[in-house]
Amino acid sequence: MCLGIPGQIVSISDEVNHMAMVDVSGVQREVNIMCVVEADKAPEDYIGEWVLVHVGFAMSHLDEEEAQRTLALLAELGEFQEELDQMQQGVTAEEQPL
Amino acid sequence: MKYVDEFRDPDTARKLVQQIQRLTNSIMAQRAEAGNTRPLQLMEFCGGHTHTIFRYGIEQLLPNAIELVHGPGCPVCVLPRGRVDDAVALASRPEVIFTTFGDAMRVPGSKKSLLQAKADGADIRMVYSPLDALKLAKENPEREVIFFALGFETTMPSTALTLLQAERQGITNFSLFCNHITTVPTIEAILGDPDMILDGFLAPGHVSMVIGEAPFQFVAEEFHKPLVITGFEPLDILQSLTMVLMQIHDGRTEVENQYKRVVQKQGNSPGQQAIKTVFEIRDFFELRGLGSVDHSGVRIRDAYARFDAERKFPVAGLTVTDPAGCQCGEVLKGLIRPWQCRQFGEQCIPQTPMGALMVSSEGACAAYYQYSDVQALKIKRHEGSGGKERAFT
Ligand code: SF4
Repeated sequence: MCLGIPGQIVSISDEVNHMAMVDVSGVQREVNIMCVVEADKAPEDYIGEWVLVHVGFAMSHLDEEEAQRTLALLAELGEFQEELDQMQQGVTAEEQPL
Repeated sequence: MKYVDEFRDPDTARKLVQQIQRLTNSIMAQRAEAGNTRPLQLMEFCGGHTHTIFRYGIEQLLPNAIELVHGPGCPVCVLPRGRVDDAVALASRPEVIFTTFGDAMRVPGSKKSLLQAKADGADIRMVYSPLDALKLAKENPEREVIFFALGFETTMPSTALTLLQAERQGITNFSLFCNHITTVPTIEAILGDPDMILDGFLAPGHVSMVIGEAPFQFVAEEFHKPLVITGFEPLDILQSLTMVLMQIHDGRTEVENQYKRVVQKQGNSPGQQAIKTVFEIRDFFELRGLGSVDHSGVRIRDAYARFDAERKFPVAGLTVTDPAGCQCGEVLKGLIRPWQCRQFGEQCIPQTPMGALMVSSEGACAAYYQYSDVQALKIKRHEGSGGKERAFT
């Protein structure tokens, strides 16, 4: 929840609620981008940008190199797959065994 | 993979370790002249940092004169038992779908954890995001969906923005059980605790990403301790340690930002705005191990009372003491190392945790359990030896 996961904005899905589709290593999910868009810019202007996503909200811009390094770190910390699965499923029915 | 090579950059790591060694020697020499031979105690506040430190064995790279104190910055770890009991009670109401991050499922309450409540029939679902909880509320209009809102400032904007979206969309069967906590009062409590003598801080990178640098100024100005906002890669940690040591060496106390590539001086203003709109400071809030800390939690403002599970439903709100023999409080304050707790690796293991520090991968006890030789540590505890661990595999 605290480390976040980097993803790339690929399209805007719901302009009113500031929702965008973000791609994380091939997995796409809808993410709120309200905290990373400036009021005087259109959400479309952010397509292609990398962001750091915390619990479904983009909280910071990243450059691509930083994004890749963070992805590598998460993989090394063993947090990547779990986060990705949760992201994709949204709601998980069963607790994963340790 | 180009990036991974760069990220593992062993040359830079080696240079930083040498620099840390030189600075430490020089600081310890200065101190010895003044008759002070106490080791340097540096706290990494954030559980994410704790995890990186263990994963990469950073403690073993450091000179013996540096002790890292693993702070309380893991929101799951400081969730008190009474709040878990309240969560279980809310989740057990027949009309409720209770939603939570997976990390919180195993945290023990006084009778059961959410995982056990689920096994007993409560409708508890793990979600990745509060937005997933809101979606469940839309799909289940005849049920009440409660989201277990947890975390420091990193996750506060997400909860606040979800609540505002629920309001905009006219969703009335959605509420938050708010357990958000604030970083600054927690650090203040640690600094004010006479048991603890810290020499410097690594401050949490993603909390700072939201709140910015300014809120940490009091650490440098009032408490005269160096503080460095730190990223999560092993090299970030080594570099930040170097920066803290340089400040100590030069007699400076400042707020420095090592994680500039993510943390802006001003923080994230839409995030801050969302927090301000939805939440107000509680007079006090209980943190496991630290007890009641003034102004350490937030609650939902009156204007949004209809989204507050604590006002929609009766909540006992009792303080429940930790089980006998559990030493989480002492570990959280750095007074003992996790393996020195009598329960470590005995009754308290990740599958059946007694304390929350054994639950989350960011908790110090779980990190020791995962990354060190537990049998060797247990033998060491029985022998009663202290000091720095050498039992890592
Ligand atoms: S070993 Fe268990 S009981 Fe002891 S401090 Fe750690 S979490 Fe608490």
